[in-house]
Amino acid sequence: MANYQGMMTIVSKKELVKDVYEMIIEGDAAKYITHPGQFINIQINQSLQPYLRRPMSIADYTDTSITLIFKVVGEGTKLLSEKAIGDQLDCLIGLGNGFVDLDTKEALLIGGGLGVPPMYKLAKDLVSKGIKVAAVLGFQSANDIFYKEEFEKLCPTYIATMDGSVQTKGTVIDAIKENNITFDKYYTCGPERMLDALALAYPDNGYLSFEARMGCGFGACMGCSCQVKTKPYKRICVEGPILHSSEVIVNG
Amino acid sequence: MANLRVKLPGLDMKNPVIPASGTFGFGYEFEKFYDINVLGSMMLKGTTLESRFGNPLPRIAEGPSGMLNAIGLQNPGAQAVLEEELEKLRPLYEDKVIANVAGSCFEDYVECARLLSSHDKVGALEINISCPNVKAGGIQFGTNPEMAADLTKAIKDVSQVPVYIKLSPNVTDIVSMAKAVEAAGADGITMINTLIGMRFDIKSGKPIIANKTGGYSGPAIFPVALRMVYQVTQAVSIPVIGMGGIATGKDAIEMMIAGASAVAVGCQNLVDPYACPKIISEMNDILDQMGISDINEIVGLSHQHQ
Repeated sequence: MANYQGMMTIVSKKELVKDVYEMIIEGDAAKYITHPGQFINIQINQSLQPYLRRPMSIADYTDTSITLIFKVVGEGTKLLSEKAIGDQLDCLIGLGNGFVDLDTKEALLIGGGLGVPPMYKLAKDLVSKGIKVAAVLGFQSANDIFYKEEFEKLCPTYIATMDGSVQTKGTVIDAIKENNITFDKYYTCGPERMLDALALAYPDNGYLSFEARMGCGFGACMGCSCQVKTKPYKRICVEGPILHSSEVIVNG
Repeated sequence: MANLRVKLPGLDMKNPVIPASGTFGFGYEFEKFYDINVLGSMMLKGTTLESRFGNPLPRIAEGPSGMLNAIGLQNPGAQAVLEEELEKLRPLYEDKVIANVAGSCFEDYVECARLLSSHDKVGALEINISCPNVKAGGIQFGTNPEMAADLTKAIKDVSQVPVYIKLSPNVTDIVSMAKAVEAAGADGITMINTLIGMRFDIKSGKPIIANKTGGYSGPAIFPVALRMVYQVTQAVSIPVIGMGGIATGKDAIEMMIAGASAVAVGCQNLVDPYACPKIISEMNDILDQMGISDINEIVGLSHQHQ
């Protein structure tokens, strides 16, 4: 019997850019994470409001701590951003498959907006294995950019902004082409449109992290099932969130 | 330590707590959280004769103390449930389970029921005549007493195990539905299914759920479920498994006081995977505090207050 549940204590919180928070939480349950790219499902309040947990990506982790980066987009994330240092959160930790296949010589990590965080721990793991890594991070504008310096400490890092205020004007694919970045495998997380574009442009050798509205986050409700080429369906929460580019049905 | 054992047609349960269909997969997903043998029984994911992918995403939205879902009966089909899902569950769970039968036409329901009732792990069938999320998803059987009765009779004729009919709250008179299925030979009733609801994105004006409407469940609907169970259990003599928004041991006790012979826990499994074992333990504590030695003593306790 595995376990995924534990109480985590908020030990730091800072606003990186407007409405985007970095929060570090500590507790033994961090040990349930086995791979970068897995996610956490947080009960925002012990009361019944909001009712559902909030699934979030994990930017970094150790055996006893987890770094979250989230954007305030609604009631749940607003309440989370208002939590104080020392507050405790009931969490289900280490959910999903994560980035399991790190067998690569030249990895490209591509993060779009709030898809950037899970690329961070992956970058650290790849770099520590001696693998050549590059990162392309896409944002709307200069004001939205976070973790650029953190990535630059690890690997060559390229930025794409939709308004052209920093480096490449356009999408992450524009930045990959403009900088002639080579890779044998790519790993990515970001908005579905970006993932679809990447799966179309590079169908053979990528791992894409998807998000979906979830009821439970652990395979019980079937709320996040998506159709894939390899099986009748996969649940984003259990058989995902990482799908291989070759199985993704674009707009599926 | 009160006696929590309850006996219902086809089900001899060590306690009255059953995870509700659609919130517990085929059971084994919860093995990673706790020993599922603590459960009285379990209601399997709604199963149709043929496999179904279900509705497009998003399938989930939220509301005050509850959630809206429109999964659309995603399931691998009756044959796969018999050959794969129930076999995966077998080594993990020792007691009988309740197979949930869904369909879109009369013949499919009957055939699916016949197949599922043949498995030795299946102690009873729950017939979902109340899925609000599938076009022709059985809801017409759940809102028309004559159709419900006809379907009940036909399933009773082929089923090897007792048959429970799952009633929809989306009717004007749930008591007449209950009486109709009882008269048609149902061995029990499970109630309530979800309440049909919607949420909208205020920027686009679009419904959040791709199916537009979904079924609302969670603590928000608990008082509605209590009222309906209270009315139905006074009108029929077959047992009722009460569900709808149960989140605590106290809720479960209250549902049994309303008239339910056992309870099902739905949505709460999704927000707290440990909900069922917690509820079982809380029920025991509450009974001890109340000085009640047998859970069966509280069933329908409210009915004496006329």
